[in-house]
Amino acid sequence: MAALFKARRALGMVVGHGVRCLSQLAELPELHQMMRQTCRDYAQKELAPIAAQLDKDHKFPAKQVKELGAMGVMAVEVPESLGGAGMDYLAYCLAVEELSRGCASTGVIVSVNNSLYLGPILKFGTEEQKKQWITPFTTGDKVGCFALSEPGNGSDAGAASTLAQQEGDEWVLNGTKAWITNCWDASATVVFATTDKSLKHKGISAFLVPMPHPGLSLGKKEDKLGIRASSTANIILEDCRIPLGNMLGERGMGFKIAMQTLDSGRLGIAAQALGIAQAALDCAADYAHKRTAFGAPIGKLQAIQFKLADMALATESARLLTWRAAMLRDAKKPFTKEAAMAKLAASEAATFVSHQAIQVLGGMGYVTDMPAERHYRDARITEIYEGTSEIQRLVIANNILKEYQQ
Amino acid sequence: MSARVLVGVKRVIDYAVKIRVKPDRTGVVTDGVKHSMNPFCEIAVEEAVKLKEKKLVKEVVAVSCGPQQVQETIRTALAMGADRGIHVEVSGKDYETLGPLQVSKILAALAKKEQADLIILGKQAIDDDCNQTGQMTAALLDWPQGTFASELTFEADKLKVVREIDGGLETIMIKLPAVVTADLRLNTPRYATLPNIMKAKKKKIANVKPADLGVDVSSRLEVLKVDEPPQRQAGVKVETVEDLVGKLKEAGRI
Repeated sequence: MAALFKARRALGMVVGHGVRCLSQLAELPELHQMMRQTCRDYAQKELAPIAAQLDKDHKFPAKQVKELGAMGVMAVEVPESLGGAGMDYLAYCLAVEELSRGCASTGVIVSVNNSLYLGPILKFGTEEQKKQWITPFTTGDKVGCFALSEPGNGSDAGAASTLAQQEGDEWVLNGTKAWITNCWDASATVVFATTDKSLKHKGISAFLVPMPHPGLSLGKKEDKLGIRASSTANIILEDCRIPLGNMLGERGMGFKIAMQTLDSGRLGIAAQALGIAQAALDCAADYAHKRTAFGAPIGKLQAIQFKLADMALATESARLLTWRAAMLRDAKKPFTKEAAMAKLAASEAATFVSHQAIQVLGGMGYVTDMPAERHYRDARITEIYEGTSEIQRLVIANNILKEYQQ
Repeated sequence: MSARVLVGVKRVIDYAVKIRVKPDRTGVVTDGVKHSMNPFCEIAVEEAVKLKEKKLVKEVVAVSCGPQQVQETIRTALAMGADRGIHVEVSGKDYETLGPLQVSKILAALAKKEQADLIILGKQAIDDDCNQTGQMTAALLDWPQGTFASELTFEADKLKVVREIDGGLETIMIKLPAVVTADLRLNTPRYATLPNIMKAKKKKIANVKPADLGVDVSSRLEVLKVDEPPQRQAGVKVETVEDLVGKLKEAGRI
């Protein structure tokens, strides 16, 4: 009798878990809906009205980042004991999408802090490191950044030429990191440097460096096509000395940390791309109702209708891929292939949708009076950073071939 | 302070939605339309939560009357910081004809049952613009009322309420227990934080029926018809001031 009861309960849990996973694609749980709504409200009221000006001024939205910190959005997955919101990755993806719909730059600032900075420390840090490097970065007062790319290698991450040499009780870092998002506004960074050149990519280690810090300087802020409110620059390390305790994870683990971090990070970027795509679609659909030509709103013309349908399809498909990858990650299942698919689909959707949005708006799409041109500029980077579309295709292909291994 | 605050929250069509009248002109289209908490109710919740944070009140109870969907509205209040919720189940025809008189009877009954010391409501709902529930509730309970409040201060066992009136601002002192209705400038409602949304899930919402409170929700009003506002007519351009005066006289305006 007891055995039967146990078995029935176990089956119920399995079925319940499975049903919950599937039904989440049809309708999000109430918690996630509330979270999505609060982020949407914030983005609509506080981000959308200032996004154009932030872009024009290349201005970091410090006030908004603090407010988002107070809402728990700067550290969604971090447990409450460390100052975070203690929610799951699906919630995080929803948050980034809604915020990016208001302002893509704010979206990437939130994403980099959550996925690329807090992510690896949460996963690979010691309890001491977590207290020191996570908690102050949950409130929005401080943001972090992730320094992997170099002038000599982006996709070729294994060829890191930044060196870390042990001298007594210190690590000494030397080298240059390039394209670092958030760096002009950051208070700490996760840096990847080679500790054993002979071991090639197995000789890379990860380090935590506070900012500012002697031996660490920043290159000039890049003048970018889009996401201009977020700062991007080089980080130059010249005899930058940090305590031995600042190594993240084990020696030689750096490449693995970077790759696993990017697996999750690319879902944040997928979410950002979805937000940009959705904002562009909002703009185009609204215009289709209001703009009249040939005696009727242009939304009545099939040419426009087909565009809107394709735009919505691309966005919704990428969204479901993103949600699925996030759900797999939350269920602690392998999600590398799905994450790559999500990032690839979402970033290509963002560029496609924003391109078509300008087309729907015609001349109005080309001027700064309408946000369509900003979405077009913001979308472009999503196909490049945190793994180019080409790298995503390689990741997907490798996984497929493994599945079909002879 | 051992005060318990009751806050009424109403689920209304979202302020940003374009309202459409139903083809049979019996009401407005609500199916599939975005709903949210009445903005003045948000301000009421925010004020109650602020009082709790200042330790001037002990417990904030959010109340809503309506069908299953109003639980979303109650949960939003919980996510803003209310401690628990009460869902008064009213559905179908009763919900369609639910108005200030019935709601104020319900709130009065709940205030007695929950031993509330203060009721904070929005000054009016953005769907019917009645601006009656607060006043009726106070009358039914024989409690003092501070309506259109733009500032609320506790002074010993009294409330100092600054009211927004046509002539400017009026300050009154009322004794507790009392009813206060929130006006626009009382505060700026907070965004629900993620940790509070998580906590809201665990907070309790009790279910009650109007009959349990001894309230009859049948309406004494009948809606005859609902129409869209008249279409705005184009104006007429005139050349001189004399023409303008002439046209106004013609139209009987002066």
